[in-house]
Formats: sequence, C-alpha cells, structure tokens
Amino acid sequence: MALVIEAAHGQIIHAATDAAQVRSGTRLTDARALDPGLVAVTADLAGDAALARRLARWAGRWSPLVEVDGTDGLRLDVTGCAHLFGGEAGLCRDVERRFAGLGLSVKVAVAETAGAAWALARFSPSPSQVFDLGPSLSPEGRGAKNGERLSAMLAPLPVAALRLPPGPTRTLERLGLKTIGELAGVPRRSLARRFREVDNPLDALDRMLGRKPEPLTAAPFEPPPRTLLRLVEPALEPSAAGQALELLVPGLVEQLEARQLGARRLALSGFRVDGSVGQASVATALPSRERKHLARLLADKAAALDPGFGFDGFALEASWCEPLGAAQDSLVEEPSGTREVARLVDRLSVKLGTAKVRRPEARASHVPERASGWRAVVAEDKSSPAFAGEGDRRRRWRGSSGDQEPLHHAAPFDVACGGAQDRHGPPPHEIVGRINAPRPQRLLDSPEAIAVIYATPEGLPRRFVWRRAVHDIARVEGPERISPEWWRKRGTARLRDYYRVEDISGRRYWIFREGVHGDGRGGVPAWYLHGLFG
Amino acid sequence: MSRVVADLSLVAGGRAANGSFGERSAEQCARAPNEQPGAQARGGGSLLPAPAKPTLSEVFAASARDGGATGFLLDRLPRGKPLLWVQERMAIIEAGRIYPPGLDRIDLIHVEARDARDALWAMEEGLRCSGLGAVIGELWGDPAALDFTATRRLAVAAERNGVAAWLVRLGGAANLSGARMRWRVASAASRPNGLNSKASGVAAWDAELFRARGFAPGRWLATGDDPASREGAQDPVDLVAAARDRAVAAAGGGRG
Repeated sequence: MALVIEAAHGQIIHAATDAAQVRSGTRLTDARALDPGLVAVTADLAGDAALARRLARWAGRWSPLVEVDGTDGLRLDVTGCAHLFGGEAGLCRDVERRFAGLGLSVKVAVAETAGAAWALARFSPSPSQVFDLGPSLSPEGRGAKNGERLSAMLAPLPVAALRLPPGPTRTLERLGLKTIGELAGVPRRSLARRFREVDNPLDALDRMLGRKPEPLTAAPFEPPPRTLLRLVEPALEPSAAGQALELLVPGLVEQLEARQLGARRLALSGFRVDGSVGQASVATALPSRERKHLARLLADKAAALDPGFGFDGFALEASWCEPLGAAQDSLVEEPSGTREVARLVDRLSVKLGTAKVRRPEARASHVPERASGWRAVVAEDKSSPAFAGEGDRRRRWRGSSGDQEPLHHAAPFDVACGGAQDRHGPPPHEIVGRINAPRPQRLLDSPEAIAVIYATPEGLPRRFVWRRAVHDIARVEGPERISPEWWRKRGTARLRDYYRVEDISGRRYWIFREGVHGDGRGGVPAWYLHGLFG
Repeated sequence: MSRVVADLSLVAGGRAANGSFGERSAEQCARAPNEQPGAQARGGGSLLPAPAKPTLSEVFAASARDGGATGFLLDRLPRGKPLLWVQERMAIIEAGRIYPPGLDRIDLIHVEARDARDALWAMEEGLRCSGLGAVIGELWGDPAALDFTATRRLAVAAERNGVAAWLVRLGGAANLSGARMRWRVASAASRPNGLNSKASGVAAWDAELFRARGFAPGRWLATGDDPASREGAQDPVDLVAAARDRAVAAAGGGRG
C-alpha cells in the first residue's frame, strides 16, 4: 500500500509500506508497472501536519521545549529532563513504548546537537540510539572531547544527513564525497570557496558538531484561560451549576484581562462524582470579557446541566479567545451600537441555535435562491442541532425535469454547506454585479407549482391558480430569462423565464416558467410561483 | 417614506383624513415636534400618520398570499441601524422568507423562530438592544402566546428603549392587543408604469388604520417611493447625464 500526492506530472508516491517496495518520489504509474496490485491512497498532508502538531503538544510530557521538525519529526530539548525517565536510554525506551502504544513507529536518537540527532534518527542503521555524553567536564573540555566522538559516530552517515538542499547534496555526491566522514576530511578552505554561503556544507557540519549554535524554537504553548472550583461536598441540587458559574466568571475575566483577551467560546464543565463530565458551551459574536454578559450567556445552559450523583468540581474555560485591548468605558450611559448588537446576537444564538440567527450574504449567482445566502452571525457550533427541520421544507420542491435530486438548492441548504466554508467571503450587501431588475421582497424557500393559463405557449400568462385560489392577471412584465448554472447542475436543467405579474386586486407575484416548449429537456414546461412583491 | 395618494377614509366624521394627519409629515412627528406641521413630503404627497416616538405597531396582512404588508412595512422602517427581522417558521412556509436582494440594502439580522413563543422572546430581546433600528416580528395565525400581556410587554419595551417594534400578522384576527397603532394593509393596483403600460408600476397599498392611540382611524391609498425619483437612483429615462462644468477645467481657466 502507498500514499500518493498530486504532482506536476501526475501522482507520485508520498510514502509506502515496506511490503510495497517502492521509494517515495516514484511516479504512481511506474510503481504500478512494477506491481499492478499496488493500493494507492491519497495522502492527507494537512492532516499529517495537524497530527504532528498534536503529537508535539503530547510530547510535552518529556520536555517543555518541543518543536515540530519538518513534516516528519519532533525535536525535543531534553537538557535536564532525561533523569526523570531513568537517563537518556530510559527516555528513549519510554518514547518508543508510548509511541508504539499510539500505533506509531518511531525512531529516536539523543545527541548533543540537534543536527546530529536529526541525522542519527534518520540515517543511522541501528533502531534507536543514545549518543552517550559521558562524564561531565567543563563546557570547553567536554565539547572538545565529545566533538571527536560525535564526528566518529557521524562519519559513516551519507551526506544527505547534513540537511542540505538537494542541489548541494547532489554536488557533493558528484564530487565523490559520499559520507560525512569523507566531507570532514576535505580542507575547509576549498569547500568554503566552492559553495554559496547559505547552503555551505561546512556550516551544516559545524552545526551538527556543535561548533555553531542551532537553537530550538519551540512554539510557546499557552493554556487557555481556565478557572476551577472544587467543592468539599458533592452538590446535588440543579442550581449548583448556576451558582458555580457566578463564582467562576470573575476569575476567568481577570485572567482574560491580564492576557488582553476576549472569549469567543466558553465551556462550563461540571465534574460529577462518578467521573462523568457534563458540559455546557456557548459562542459569542464578538470577543468579550464582560462579567455580566458572559454569565448571562451561560446561565440557562448551566442550569440545565444534570447533576446526576452530584458535582464535585467545576471548570470554566475560554477555549477560543481573540485579542481584545483594554477598552475605555464611556462616561455617559451610551453603549456602542455594534457591541450591543453583538451581545443581542449572542443571546439569540444561545437560545435559538446559531443556525437560526443569520445575516444575508450576497453571492455571485443569477439564480435567485443562490444569489442571496444566509450566514450565521455566530460561528457554527458543531454540537448544536443545526438545520434540524430543514429537510421537510426542501422536499416540497419537485423539479419537472425528471431528476430526483432537488434541482435548485433552497436557501437554508446553501448556508449549511457554504456558511462554514466561506466565512471570509464578501461582506453582506456588497452585491457582486448588482442586478437592476426588480426582485421580490419575499421568496418562497422552494418554488410552488401553479397552474397557468396562457394565450400562447411562449406568450404572457393570463391567469393562474396558486394554493387553490384563482388569480386573474391584470398586468404582467417579462420574461426575465435566467439560465441554469450548467457548471453546477446536470445538463437536463431547464432555464427559467421569470414574469412579474399583478392580479386584479393588486397583489404582485414573481412567477416563472421552467423551460420552453421543445427544448428537448422534458415535456410541457411547468410554472412555479417563487416570490411575492411587497 | 410612503405617500398618501388618495384618502379612502370611511371612518365616521372623516377627521383623520382631511385634517391635520394627512398633512403632517412623519419625520416631523418623529424628530422635530416643535416645527410647524403642514410640510409636504418630497414628491408632493402627504404622509401617513406615524407615532411621535418609537412604539409597537401591528400590521395585519389582508391575506397571507399578499406581500403588500411587507412593502408597506419596509417603507416605514428607519434606515441607518441594523434591523432585527424575526420570522416564525409557519410564516416563512406560508408567505415566504424575506429576500435581501429585494430589500434595498437593509442591514439585517434574520431570526428564524420555531414558534410564536420563541419569536416573541427574540423580539423582546431585540427591543432591549438600543443598537437596533427596529424589530420586526412576523407571526402566523393567532398563536396562544400572543395575548394582551405579550403585546403590552413589547409595547412597553419598545417605548422604554426607543426601538420601533412592528408586529406583522399573517392570517390572524385582530383581537385584544397592546399595540399603539394597528394597520390593516392590502395591496392595491400599482401606479401606472410610465415606461410600459402593461407592466405594474410603483407599489400601492390600501392601508387602514383601524385603531391608534393619539390618531383618529382612517383609510388611505398609499404608495411607496418612486425608485426613479429617489436620491442617487438613476432615472431610467435620462440615459445621458446632464452636462456640467468640469472642476479641473474651471480651475485651469482661473489660472490661465
């Protein structure tokens, strides 16, 4: 089995199992020529990178300084940590054991310099090893002594272990310098002349041997603001969570203030005596660290937490924060409109669900139901039962062209698939290529079939029946022809001819005929009522 | 802002129509009560009665299949601040969801409420927020949750915070309510279209104010703004812009 990635000239092997016997970088077609039964799966590079970051967090158990090294490595500064795991050998064994527990194979090397560890971990033939530092001497003496031992150890490794770009590595190989030992034997001056400063193998060699520094830049991990409350006695009454919330919020707000952050998502966890955890979480539209607002958002959900056998602890965590500078409160009682509205949206979203509180969003489309989508104001929370009950509305629309799949997405569906993705799309009301043709003020989620009487098949409608009532058309304007989006729909989708009609009592509607006679995409075109003018 | 085209007042005495109300501009009522009434709205017509302070008004659509109430309401909403538009689920199914491309760039927050109780709760929350321009709630039928107490709460919240509240009733009966102004709106035959005699023109509504505090009831034939005469809108007839001096040319002439 092999993982493949898309390259300029087709798919190439990214990684393969040993049994597959292909090298990474081979084209998939070449590999298939050798082994037709090769199973190829697309590699998930982003997922791999995310896993590496997660593993780096997890590797914090061995050392506080952890760095993701390239795409396939972790680098730990274990200075002063190894003795906790029984020395460096013990640390190596522990790392191997725990990674094996995760189902991951790992190769560990501990060395004095990062470069040496990198080289040993990747190019050393033995499984895992520790470069023994030996008894501590003064830094200079130790450096000199260990430098010799280190060079001896690295000498048999290929020059690729120097971490140079492919170009210089190839040059070295062409020069006949296959191993680090051979390279180290060449006079320094001749090497320095032959290579550019940036990819000079001497630099790499010096870094590897500890003659030049190679600092580790671990991403600082800051735990999210969190406050804890431990109860002496388990609290059985349902109001306990609400009371705990009131005690926890001030502490959290203090932490947020100290770090100049505002909470976007808050979670209250109630730890029950039987080990289970009840959780209530809310999201906000704008970062906030206001006590009253945060407490009010969570209050309802906290009160609904089931105490079970009793809570013995609570934690309030701001799992998603955004920078929020210190704000000067207004001296006069005039709260800012934007903030007020954001708070309102928070309250509404908490109670009604994030999918129910939305702002319009213009989209680049001429199809009416696609031209205007809705975007949730507060970021979607996966745990909320979003879009329940949308299905029944979509079922009402039946396209006449024979395909069972709904021909046109109803507006709520578009939000379901588009809202989460293009949250950074154009802001609302920035109409892309604004249409001057009048649009109705109300649009039915799914067009409703109407029976229309017309003078000629391509002529203007005269009378229609909608919801069992007859509307005699007094005035009509149209058609406005809107073609189906062939890049989204099947080829059988039919165009629409929209008419603005006004019946004899003055009610104005937006109706359309789907298709034209003899377009070869179905039978007699059907009519639908789509919108109501105000 | 909608203009009165004709007075259809059938109310006893007809005081509402002929006297001061028809003449009073809504903007004056709302913003400058000390100015003399009697100003004409732009375009020549008089304006419909409007409350001096933001309050709760109720609009009954003559029928759920009539979008006229929406147009009438849209014409009377304040601009500049975001609006909270709460639609009950049944109202969306029966009369359609509001469609932003047809709303003339209103800054909008839309709430889809499961039932009347949620809708009323959302409206009341919205009325507590002074950052909003108006709160609109659309309810279907006569829900049990919408009693006198509920409407009274909305009216008090609207008046206390100065946010206009509009309750749109689709297919409901006008029973007891705390609304300060109660309208019944039906579509009327639209104004003649100057460009196409077969097409409908500017929307017109048959608006009946059947109960109001401080105003006598009346019935009017009102029409919306003519998009052609609105500021910034291009007149479809005037395809060529009027000729005028260029600023650069004027400056250059002064120097030379």
